[in-house]
Parts: sequence; structure tokens; C-alpha cells
Amino acid sequence: MGIAAQLLVNGLIAGGTYALAAIGYSMVYGALKFINFAHGSIAMVGAYIAFVLFSLGGIPIIPAFLLSMALTALLGVLVERLAYRPLRASPKLASLTTSVAVSFALDASVMMLLGAEIRSFRLPMQRTFQIGPVYLTLVQTVIIACSFAFMFGLYFLLTFTKLGKSIRAIADDLLLAEISGINGNLVIAAVFAIGSALAAAAGVLIGMETNLQPTMGFMITVKAFAAVVLGGLGNVYGAILGGFIIGIVENLGAWYISPVWKDSIAYVILILVLFVRPAGLLGKPEDATVV
Amino acid sequence: MFASYGLIVHLLVIIAIYGILSLSLNLVLGVTGLFSIAHAAFYGVGAYTSALLTMRGIPWVVAMPAGMVLAGIVAYIIGIPTVRLVGDYLAVVTLGLGEIARAVFRNWISVTRGPMGLPGIPSASIFGFTFGTAEQYLVLAAICLLVVYVICQRLLSSPFGRVLKAIREDQRATLALGKNVDRFKMWSFVIGAAMAGLAGSLFAHYIGFIDPSSFVMWLTFFLFLIIVLGGLGNNLGTVLATVVFVAAREGLRFVGLPDWINPAALQQFVFGMLLVVMTLFKPEGLIPARKVTYRRYRQRVEG
Amino acid sequence: MSVLQVDNVVSGYGSMEVLHDLSLAVGQGEIVAMLGPNGAGKTTLLRTIFGVVPPWSGTITYKGEDISGVPPERLVRMGLAYIPQEYNIFASLTVQENLEMGAFIRDDDIHPRIEEIFELFPDIAERRKSRAGELSGGMRQMLAIGRALMLNPELLLMDEISTGLAPFLVDAIFERVKELNDQGVTILLVEQNAPKALQTSDRVYIIEGGEKKAEGNPEAIAADEEIARLYLGRS
Repeated sequence: MGIAAQLLVNGLIAGGTYALAAIGYSMVYGALKFINFAHGSIAMVGAYIAFVLFSLGGIPIIPAFLLSMALTALLGVLVERLAYRPLRASPKLASLTTSVAVSFALDASVMMLLGAEIRSFRLPMQRTFQIGPVYLTLVQTVIIACSFAFMFGLYFLLTFTKLGKSIRAIADDLLLAEISGINGNLVIAAVFAIGSALAAAAGVLIGMETNLQPTMGFMITVKAFAAVVLGGLGNVYGAILGGFIIGIVENLGAWYISPVWKDSIAYVILILVLFVRPAGLLGKPEDATVV
Repeated sequence: MFASYGLIVHLLVIIAIYGILSLSLNLVLGVTGLFSIAHAAFYGVGAYTSALLTMRGIPWVVAMPAGMVLAGIVAYIIGIPTVRLVGDYLAVVTLGLGEIARAVFRNWISVTRGPMGLPGIPSASIFGFTFGTAEQYLVLAAICLLVVYVICQRLLSSPFGRVLKAIREDQRATLALGKNVDRFKMWSFVIGAAMAGLAGSLFAHYIGFIDPSSFVMWLTFFLFLIIVLGGLGNNLGTVLATVVFVAAREGLRFVGLPDWINPAALQQFVFGMLLVVMTLFKPEGLIPARKVTYRRYRQRVEG
Repeated sequence: MSVLQVDNVVSGYGSMEVLHDLSLAVGQGEIVAMLGPNGAGKTTLLRTIFGVVPPWSGTITYKGEDISGVPPERLVRMGLAYIPQEYNIFASLTVQENLEMGAFIRDDDIHPRIEEIFELFPDIAERRKSRAGELSGGMRQMLAIGRALMLNPELLLMDEISTGLAPFLVDAIFERVKELNDQGVTILLVEQNAPKALQTSDRVYIIEGGEKKAEGNPEAIAADEEIARLYLGRS
């Protein structure tokens, strides 16, 4: 039973990072009905920015983290403005293609500038805590704390602030929102900024827990998308739930089946959901225009 | 400069192989409009099958078609649940399935030797005649390309091809006309996969070594770039674009780069940006814009 | 004085022209109705006026100012409001939040205004915390109107506000429309329910095929047998 508890906690740790990544994905999809393939790459860039600031630039970890989030938010806004906005009225496949191309370009840029080798944050020696049968390192505790803090912040934003309500309005009906006087472009830019900042957070946390490589962007994209689909398209809280579930299933699967297939688990979940219940756990069946 | 004879022959072989690959994706994506990102996987299935069979003594003339058939079968299996999906979902699911296929290449070590790859693949041979030199292989590859090209052209102008094009333009209308859209999509998907399998076999037996990194998703996008530039659905354009892009890609290898820039990464960056720019300037190149615009607005406007 | 002037507007979607050289005017304090068959371009005209669809040519003037192609965010500040035909409420937001969105551009305290709207439509006041998507048809339309009224518009564009409502609700809605007009709101409305529209409006335009086919006051329009047969027969 101790193993199961440890696996569960490990699942929560990984799942928390996936959930953070999934938030931005879900918000963008909700607002624009557009799958931003480059989201994971943006998370990866965030991780590398923090790496450069902290490991190469000597800036303390917390400012590096926050600065990375801010810069990545800016990146997200730029990408939206330059590559996605012009295509908003075009066929959706055009946006999908562009987002894939952007993701490749981002992955490649990082590879060119910082190399393809595996990097690590090399954080100072970590203490380990024990809670019951479960062991947690300091970093892992920080990851869980950060994940929950950000998620709570998101809830607060969406429920109580004007910006948050306008984001929900845009996700509900972009045209009506504009008719009501909401500046659609501005709110969408905010969505990308917030989503990208959280993606950066996810990337940094993943980088702290595992390591950094340019290909991590792709994995984050897939897992975030699986989380979004599992949770129910357009439902941000569903995406969070989906992220945690994937993290847990991954860890359980890696232990009880085989570690080799760990990364494939997200794909399998994704495909299963799309075929069994496209609307996901919390989504409305009418919204799933899968076929 | 870099125009040595051997390099040119090598380049032409690669162009021929990629030509077949591009044509096969053109059929699936350009003509039928199926945004399938699994294509590199079929290339891989064809390559691995053909390689493994010949390494066990089975002649190439049998192994290569076997590779095509297996690629087609895999496509069929993937296709059953997949072809009815729409746009984004088709893309993501095929991506997932393609990556699972690559994971199989990587992890089924007992058969594929995983990341270590398969070295020592015998060259293609037909009834005792081995295409041992690059020139001989070029002849083989060129003939295959020609055959595939002719087949693609024939398909395009046939009634079958017309239905495929209709599916790309307006799936619902085609359905309303009584055509079993799913079945046509499946056929297109399977044929495209089989052709990719052929290319895979040619590739494996030419290079003599394959490993999972040859079949990455990025490859599918490189092909996508080619067929968009060549004009979706246009076979001749696709072949010409293949020449341009493969030559450019090889050319990029020789651009004087500081040591710290990874040439493969540069390639990916340049082509990624190129695709972004092309899509920005020609988004209708992917699907006819007029019909889609009308339909999108019609959904919410009565009058 | 005409509050809204539409002059020779040509507009459409993609390469499809829907409005062919259409002109009309709405006077201060009037209720003007647009009638005509489905697909005539009535909704397109409202969308063109409100900046959702840019006009290809022609001008649209509001209180003397050219508003052709001006985006909705600016029009809302100028005192216009638009209630689309379907999709006119935020289904996933609460009733109260819907109203809040209506006054999005205001930075000050909008709660007094929200309460005023609730007084106008007491039925939805009871459901202020409910998700708008759960409301019945009649209440949704009331909420849609309420949202549009949050900023005290001077010109209100309404697209088939009676769609899908039971007759007694239709009467109630049109009562409200009259009340609003009495309070000084100029109204341009599109309707399929011809009798109701004729009853309520001061002037009528008949639109078909993106062109103006007739105009006049309701009695004259109704009395014209040709028009009645062609355009008002089906409703």
C-alpha cells in the first residue's frame, strides 16, 4: 500500500504540472476553438529562459521563475498577434498548421541556441520529507504548492474579476462579447499571456523535477491536450482534473505495466476518450463535434 | 563546390524516394483533405518490414510489397475509427497514433532493435540482379517514382479521384450525394499508406540502416510543406516541390555555420518559419476559402 | 431628424454579395421595422450597421457621424446596442454576469443599473444567480434585451426578438419594446412576425433579396394587397 500511496503522490506532482500546462491550452481552445499546438513548445521555452537566467545568469531561482513567466507571457502574446490573429477568419486547419510550424520553429531555435543535450537546473541539495509512507523532496513540495497556488489564482481570476468574466464571456460567444463592447483582441491577448505564463511555470516545474531538453515541448503539448480532452473541451477545471488524472495513471502504469510505455499512456488516454466519450468528463456532449 | 557527381546521384535518389512519399501524402491530404500526421509511421512500417524480411533471407521482390501491404493494413486498422473524425481531431489522433507507432519502433527491441536500429540491410535486388551502386539504385527509384506518379495521375482523373476531391471541398455535400464518404476516405488513406510503405522500403535498402529517428513527426510536416508549395492535389507540382525542398535541405547542410549551430535544428527552424509565412500568405491554399467562409457565416446568419 | 442613415450599402460575406445598394433611415424616437422573407439580408444589414460585417461600399451615419465599418466596441460607447437573433446571451455565465458584460466598458459601479434592469424584468431577477443557459426562451430574450439596455442606448437594433416565443410572451416583449420607445429609445427591428411588427412600428421597410422593395407606414403597407400577398402572407 505504501507503493500505491507514493505513486499517487508522484502522480499528483506530475499531474499538477500537466494541469498548469493544460490551463492555457484549454483557455485558448475555449476562446478561439483552436488547438494551439505550440503551447508545449512555449512551456519549453519558459523552462529554458529560467534555466538561462538561473543556471547561466546566476539570478536567484524565484526571480528567475517569475521573470521567465513574464517573458513567456510576452512570447505567447507575440505569437498570437503575428501568427494566429491573421488566420482567425481562415479555415481552422490553417491555424493548426501554423501552430505546428511555430512549435517546430521554437523547438529548433532552442536547439540551435542551447543545444540538444539534456540540461538540468542543478538545484542545491534537496531535503526529503516523509509523510506517512510517502517521500517528498523539497522541490516536489514546491511543485505541488505552486500548482495549487496558481490554480487557485486562476479560479479567483475567472470568478471574481472583470477580466476573468470577460474571458469566460469570450469563450462562451466571442461575437456576442464584441457586440457587448468587449475588446475581443485585448481579452484574447490576455488569455494567451496568462496561458503562456502558466505554461512557463509548468515547464520550469517539470524541468526542476526531471530535466530540460528541447523535445520536452512536444510531450507537454500532447499531455496537455490529452488533459484538456479528458477533462472536457472548453472547461478549464476539467482540464486541471484531466492533468491530475493523467499524471496519476502515468505513474501507476509505469510501475504496474512497464516504464517504457509511460509517455504513450497520454496518447492512449487521448484516443480512448475521443472514441468513447468525446465530450470528456466534464464537457457537454453537444459540444463535441468530433465527427 | 558541392556539385560532386556522387553527391548529385545521391541527391537524386533521395529526391525520388521523397517524391514517392510526397505523392502519397498528396493523395491523402492534398486531394482528399485528410489532415493525417501519421504518415511518417507508414513510411516506417514499410521500411522496417522490408528490411526485416530481407534480413531473414526473403527476396526484396517479396519483402517490398509485403512492406506496402503491411503499411496498408496498419493504415486500415488506424483508419477504421479515425477517418470519420473531423479536422483538428483527425490531426491529433493521427499524430498520437503515429507517435505510438514510433514508440513501437523504439521499444520493441527484440524485433526492431530499438534505438540501435537495423544495420546491414541488403540492397534491393530483383531475381539475382542487385542494385548495388548508387546509379543502379537511382534507376530503380526513378522507375518506382514514375510508376507511382502515373498511378496518382490516373487516380486523380478517375471517378474515384473526383469523389476524393469533392470530399475535400465539402464533405457534407458529397455525403448528401449518396457517396459513402468514409469508404472513399479509407481507400485514399490506405493507398497513400501503401505508397509511403514503398518509399520506406526503398529508403531502407538504399541507406542500409534505419532507426526510429528516421520516422519522426517532423518528416510529415516537411512533406506537408512540399505538397502545399507544390499545390495541394497537384501531382506534378508536388514532384517539382520535392526537388526544390530536398535540394534546399541538403544545401542547408553546407551553409557555413558556426560549430555551435546544429544543422538539423537549423533546417527545422527554417522550414518551420517558412511554413508559418506560407500559411499566413496563402491560408486558402489549404482548403478552398470561399466555400468554407460561406458555410461558416451561414451557420449563424439567416438572411 | 434621422438618427440612423443607411446610404447605398453593399455588403456580404466572402465573395458573396448579400446587400445590393440598400438605403434606409430611422428617425429620432421611431420604431422602424424591417420585414421580408428569410435570407433577404435583414440580419446582414443589422450586422453591417453594427460593425460586425464591414460594408463593401456605401455609408452608414449615426447622428450625423459616419460609422461605416466602425467596430462594435466603439459603437457601444456611442449609444448603440444590438441584440442578435440567436446566440444573444452568454449561456455559461449567470444572469447577473450577463448584465455585467453588457456594461463592460464602464469602470464605475454598475450595480444600480443592474437593479434597474431587474426592476424592468422581474422574472429574471429571481434567477440572477442561475446560469443563463438554463433559462426558458422568454426569459432568455428578456435577458438579451436587458444586457443591451445596460448602457442606456439611444438606438437599439433588435433581430427577431420574438423568435420561438409563445404568443403571450410575444405580446409581453412587444409591450416592453413600446415602453422603451416611450422612454426615448429609437428602435430598428427585424421581424418575422409581421402582424406584431405592423402593430408596433411607426414605419416599415420590406426587404427582399438584399434590396428594398417597399417602405411606408404600417397601414399603407398592410393595405397594399400586392405586398401583403408577396411578403406578409407567410408569418
